Amino acid sequence: MDETVAEYIRRTVLKIPRDEIKMMLQKWGFLSEAQLQTLNFHQIKDSISQEVVQLCEENSADIKQAAALDIIYNHIYQNKRMWSVYEMKKSGEEVEYFDITDFKKRFKRRLQSTLKNVTITFKEYEDNAIWIRVAWGTPYKKPNQYKPSYVVYHSQTPYVFISASVLKSNLPLLCQALIGATNYHDIREMELRSHCLNSLKDIVFKRYSQNFQTHTAKPLQGEDVEPENADKRIVQENRSEKERIHRLNQEVFGTGPQPKLEFAQYKLETSFKSDPKMDVLHKKEPFRCLVKFSSPHLLESLKSLAPAGMADAPLSPLLTCIPHKARNYFKIKEKKGLYPESFVSP
Amino acid sequence: MAVLRPFDKLPTLNSGILLLVGPDEALQQRLSETILQEKRDFNINVHLATSLPLPPERDHLRPRIDLIVFMIDIKSKYSLKKVECSLAHVDASFFLGKVCFLVTGVGRVNACSVEMNAVCKLGEAYCSPVLFCELELEDTRVATAQRLVRMLRICAGHIPGVSALSFVSLMRKSDDD
Repeated sequence: MDETVAEYIRRTVLKIPRDEIKMMLQKWGFLSEAQLQTLNFHQIKDSISQEVVQLCEENSADIKQAAALDIIYNHIYQNKRMWSVYEMKKSGEEVEYFDITDFKKRFKRRLQSTLKNVTITFKEYEDNAIWIRVAWGTPYKKPNQYKPSYVVYHSQTPYVFISASVLKSNLPLLCQALIGATNYHDIREMELRSHCLNSLKDIVFKRYSQNFQTHTAKPLQGEDVEPENADKRIVQENRSEKERIHRLNQEVFGTGPQPKLEFAQYKLETSFKSDPKMDVLHKKEPFRCLVKFSSPHLLESLKSLAPAGMADAPLSPLLTCIPHKARNYFKIKEKKGLYPESFVSP
Repeated sequence: MAVLRPFDKLPTLNSGILLLVGPDEALQQRLSETILQEKRDFNINVHLATSLPLPPERDHLRPRIDLIVFMIDIKSKYSLKKVECSLAHVDASFFLGKVCFLVTGVGRVNACSVEMNAVCKLGEAYCSPVLFCELELEDTRVATAQRLVRMLRICAGHIPGVSALSFVSLMRKSDDD
């Protein structure tokens, strides 16, 4: 077995938390049950990984199997990576039959025709997701297995989720290969990024709870009634205001859990409007400013701002439009016209 | 009748009515519960509001308010803004000792976003005492509740010989004049 493969497998096993190693090796299926029985999972991880490499040596593992283990690890720990969403466009409306083998063949052929030194691995999952792992090399160097890119493609949709490696120059090649392998003719990056892959899918597949305008939102009977043990000596004066905020929140955010995003970024390309007499930058040049909101769970925190008494309801549409517009990176430009106001660029 | 006036209703017998104004409802609720746990010999009712003016529909049910406490969270500029907007709806005669500012959240030094200067100036402008406290810790919450109950007792007129006007004279700085 190749030394580099052995080292790669060793390092991959080291990444896995000790309690999960057995489960992941079983999922991998490369080592037999009998071989797994011989492993002692109660020793330190260093030793476990050495033993695993020994067994892989016996089975003559090559880079393909090692890459498969890596995909399994990254599928389970998908939220450790940053994912971007891409949308592919079709020229016509033809519904074509999707053949997975054909897709894989065309993808490989397209990619390898431009760059020979790549390792390409596929894995399909039950939710119709095709995971592709690509390790990149150069015309003169073998692929670097430690910085692969991952692509998640749901064949029934035009959306692709890409977790690029640090080597961003390979992104165009990846995009070309995707278009070549499918029947789309164009691909563009959506301004939507997050660590939580499932939330990104929820947003673009519209799987989160949205407000349906036809539903007349009446407060539930239960909410009007005071809790049994409320102290009668404490009187809430602004109950109707509280209900108004709750109703507005429900209209804007819906009733279910929000998709998980970590930040929203607004890039301002507007000019600074000050008192003309003060002569400070007034409308002279664009005022370069970047506003970034970060949170472990941005949409839930936005939803709780008004009820917690930290902001007025309704919130600015720039914040509440994030799931509907499926983007969390915005550019705000000047609106050119008689009444200059800012507007969000498409 | 959007403005709160101190003497336009008859007082309730053996009671003190406290009004807490500030956008953080959960904190108000906790403070009220602590206040009501205090040992005392008169009835206390606490009214909670996020801002003024109070809804006019319930005006006829509302008792006379003896002490207004404006709660400003030092971590939230929004709470300062809300309080400043609410001040306009209080009659000037309330500010003769029946109003005080309570600045909360001072324990979290790293998260201060309201300047002390701004708050102190507010207190001076409205001739009302400014109290600083940290309501997330039980001990200081109980201590603050005790102070407020004592102030409430004076404002409701339960202490003979001491009226709310005394608070105003206590605010004069020693190096004035």
